[in-house]
Amino acid sequence: MIAQKEALPAARSSQSPQETFVLNLGPQHPAAHGVLRVLMTMDGEWITRAEPVIGYIHRMHEKMGENRTWAQFLPNTARIDYLSAMHYTHAFVGAVERAAGIEVPSRAEYVRVLTSELNRIASHLVWWGALLLDLGGFTPILYAFEDREKILDLLEELCGARLTYCYYRFGGLYNDVDDDFLNGTRRFVQEMRPRLAMYRDLVTDNIILRKRLTGIGPISAEMCRKYGATGPVIRGSGIAYDVRKVEPYSVYPQLDFKIPVYPEGDSMARYLVRMDEMEQSLRIIEQALDQLPAGPFMGKVPRVLKVPPGDTCYAVEAARGRFMVRIVSDGKDTPYRVKLRTPSFSNLSLYEEASRGMILPDALAMLGSLDLVIPDIDR
Amino acid sequence: MSSSFERISERFAQLLGQTPVASRSPLPDSVVPPAPAASLDLSAPGPVQAVDHALKGYDLNVAISPRQVVLAADILDQEGFALDAITGVDWLAQGEMEIVYDYFHPLASLRVTVRARVPRAEPELPTISLVFPGANWHEREAHDFFGIRFSGHPNLAPFLLPEDADFHPLRKDYQP
Repeated sequence: MIAQKEALPAARSSQSPQETFVLNLGPQHPAAHGVLRVLMTMDGEWITRAEPVIGYIHRMHEKMGENRTWAQFLPNTARIDYLSAMHYTHAFVGAVERAAGIEVPSRAEYVRVLTSELNRIASHLVWWGALLLDLGGFTPILYAFEDREKILDLLEELCGARLTYCYYRFGGLYNDVDDDFLNGTRRFVQEMRPRLAMYRDLVTDNIILRKRLTGIGPISAEMCRKYGATGPVIRGSGIAYDVRKVEPYSVYPQLDFKIPVYPEGDSMARYLVRMDEMEQSLRIIEQALDQLPAGPFMGKVPRVLKVPPGDTCYAVEAARGRFMVRIVSDGKDTPYRVKLRTPSFSNLSLYEEASRGMILPDALAMLGSLDLVIPDIDR
Repeated sequence: MSSSFERISERFAQLLGQTPVASRSPLPDSVVPPAPAASLDLSAPGPVQAVDHALKGYDLNVAISPRQVVLAADILDQEGFALDAITGVDWLAQGEMEIVYDYFHPLASLRVTVRARVPRAEPELPTISLVFPGANWHEREAHDFFGIRFSGHPNLAPFLLPEDADFHPLRKDYQP
């Protein structure tokens, strides 16, 4: 204690402009949205280094994949990014179907697209509410959750789960869609459009929001490439990279939609990308409803599924970006290796470089604009 | 397939000595059109192999030696690729550890998988984090799970595992 007191004035008298202190953000912190910890070396209010410390909710899904059959691992994939479960199950189901050569009926693919896009809107609504909560606007999350609730109700009626859906199965779906779901979805699309217009008037065009996000946390296209950042992060940096267009899967090539791109690279660009994406998702849902073919919802799948030896990848555009599953099989009924490449992991990895020299409140606004889901980082 | 695909596969083939370097016409003013370059047979088994994306999920498979991973990363960096993921596969029966580098192209529909194998007893190879800073985290994760050492890596401390972890759970002989 005495030694510390003596050391203190000496450190001060050096008058070093580099006098810094460490600020520990998290692992329990409201702005971290889960158990994310960031060790921030601060110079006053300025960040000299922000090092994310992750792994607090690491569950070793990849090891679990090696200890159970292909079908038994399927529910795990819904629990990696709990806000984007449809996309994640889609990637794993797609990888196994690709490796085992399972044909999926067209109706099932349309329903997959339909439910995936509903899930994307629900996920973006959570991000939107949470970001505004970070920025000090309490009301928008109440609106966002009201709309999200409609989606969750629809999906719950369809497949029984509200978040961790296990609706896609190898070769198709768990069950067929009924008229209640289709009519409910149509009604939701009609209701959601004016809501998005209201969000624009109420929040997007708000001067306080613009001042908090415009020019804050710029990420260049080159930085996205070097770190493998994808999703709204890379599209907010001027690159139209979307797995749905670049590596088309399912029935996305048959549907007409745009990839929103903003070149600024700041937090506002990432915000606008997601807001525009919700509109595009509504367009996709409408088209999928119109084009939905009749027919079976499940293809022919062997009773005991064995995947031929070799490795196979399958990537999807999840709400946060590129999610890729790489499966390695040795011909048995359990996977030899499952690699889960998650978007939040790569998107957060650039934070240390991108946040250097920012002030703390701006760095938190930027953290919110990355739309992190912590279990998605830690797996 | 895009021209980028041909360029990249040719560069890898040259690096790995799979193909003779394309001969150029010695006479620039010759009226005879130059003979087409010796075309690369990517369907044959070899270190550089074209793969059907619809069947495998990637377009080009490149098998290199561990010493060449940085060169491979350099080539892909110059061609504008982005790092997708780095992971390991433990081949216990063969006594080898495979390191798989996945790359995607942000502007083209082109996926490249680069593989290197190291002995299981001594799993070490150079880091590519100086080429792709994003590799830093992926390599730390691969070190956590497989015990693969990336020489030159700035910090291989436990990342996703507890901070005092001295085990590598994705090794096939791991006993909890």
